[in-house]
Amino acid sequence: MSFLSDPIGFAETWWQSVTAYLPSMLASCVVVIELTVLVILASWVFGLLAALGKLSSHAILRRPCEFYVWFIRGTPTLIQIFVIYFGIPQLGIRISPFSAGVLALGISSGAYVAEIIRSGLLAIPKGQTESTVALGMTYRQSMTHIILPQVFRIIIPSITNEAVTTLKNTSLLSTITIIELTLRTEMIISYTFRPFDFYIIAALLYLAMTTALMSLSSRLERRLASRY
Amino acid sequence: METPVAPILKIASLRKRYGANEVLKGISIDVAPKEVVAIIGASGSGKSTLLRCVNLMETPSAGTLDFDGLSLDFSKPERSWRREGDLRRLRTSIGMVFQSYNLWPHKTVLENVIEAPIRVKRVPRAEAIDKAHHLLQRIGLYEKRDAYPSRLSGGQQQRVATVRALAMEPKLMLFDEVTSALDPELVGEVLDLMAALAADGMTMLIVTHEMAFAREVSTRTVFVDGGLIAEEGPSRELLTQPGNERTRQFLRRVLHEPFRPATSAGGVAA
Repeated sequence: MSFLSDPIGFAETWWQSVTAYLPSMLASCVVVIELTVLVILASWVFGLLAALGKLSSHAILRRPCEFYVWFIRGTPTLIQIFVIYFGIPQLGIRISPFSAGVLALGISSGAYVAEIIRSGLLAIPKGQTESTVALGMTYRQSMTHIILPQVFRIIIPSITNEAVTTLKNTSLLSTITIIELTLRTEMIISYTFRPFDFYIIAALLYLAMTTALMSLSSRLERRLASRY
Repeated sequence: METPVAPILKIASLRKRYGANEVLKGISIDVAPKEVVAIIGASGSGKSTLLRCVNLMETPSAGTLDFDGLSLDFSKPERSWRREGDLRRLRTSIGMVFQSYNLWPHKTVLENVIEAPIRVKRVPRAEAIDKAHHLLQRIGLYEKRDAYPSRLSGGQQQRVATVRALAMEPKLMLFDEVTSALDPELVGEVLDLMAALAADGMTMLIVTHEMAFAREVSTRTVFVDGGLIAEEGPSRELLTQPGNERTRQFLRRVLHEPFRPATSAGGVAA
């Protein structure tokens, strides 16, 4: 059974290097989660404004929103990140890699969120809005308390999808020196020369985070479904 | 017909056009307090549009509207009369009930009723709940106060929708074919509620296909045909002895003669 033995101590050093670097990878997962949460919040703000804008009857509001969604959906996210990170400083505005990353991904994801919210708004029967107008509610009261809560429930599955995409897209920020999980993994590989092992570990860590996100959303969906 | 008291609602020469299509071609109606006016007419005659013009859900193209101290002249440019505050005040004192109920599915019965009083009229929450409980008791749906609308029958939903409008303490109620979407056995409970409101002295404008109800409950009936008032008068007279040929034709069609199967092609029994 000599072929099962480990004359060069491979298993031992493999285990040693994994345990040595795993804590720093887990710490990078925290960065991924921070980035994801901030980007999701930003994308909801951009997305909501753009969706309402695209449905506006005023061309001054509608046109820029249409342009925003069209431009972002039609260009690579990586280029958008570079435009923000390398382009903005050229205009004389200093921006940290982290802020640039959140802003770029937020703008990028916001365009997709806008389309999701817009389709949700169109799915609400016209009578729902009419009843609020007939009762004297303002546009804002109607949206905040009657229409958007209903939209939110409809769009949970697609908004989750977009959140998962956002989480995975944070790996693109490795290109602008943010030490999140992907860049951390690349650094570890440059010390250990074990690309297969560490990329697989990184993939599993991403998988764990996206799975948690998806189960969170289906729990929310079930809870709302049981109510009405 | 002269109304002895000052009208609460005064519509004069009201017109509404959508592009080249003129739906209302000059309608004038005065409604006195506590009066119940039924608006009848074929589908497409403009009766629903007329109702929706009263609370400005539709913007009239011309004519005037006077309601509760507010006076609007639609022949003038929109920016000269359109003030969002005025429109909201108008809508706050005019309740509207729709054919499709339009209850909010994510709110309970009670929440549906208290939402507008709290947000629009700034009624304290406890007071709004008290009032809502009282109203729900009156229509026998107090036990359903914490249920979501999807758990209610169509008739119950429509009664809640009526109460939701009443909670704003309106001076005028608009009913837009409120029984048309209901199963026949549920129509009665909604009409009963409306009759009770009428008996309480609520001023009401009712677009309806229920001729028997119009005859028994409304004080006056207006027959709209092709965007104009073809005939109007006390409901009992107009609905039993119409003077206008168009009214007669319309009533014959809606009060359809006893059903007779077609006996052409030699009959089925042969």
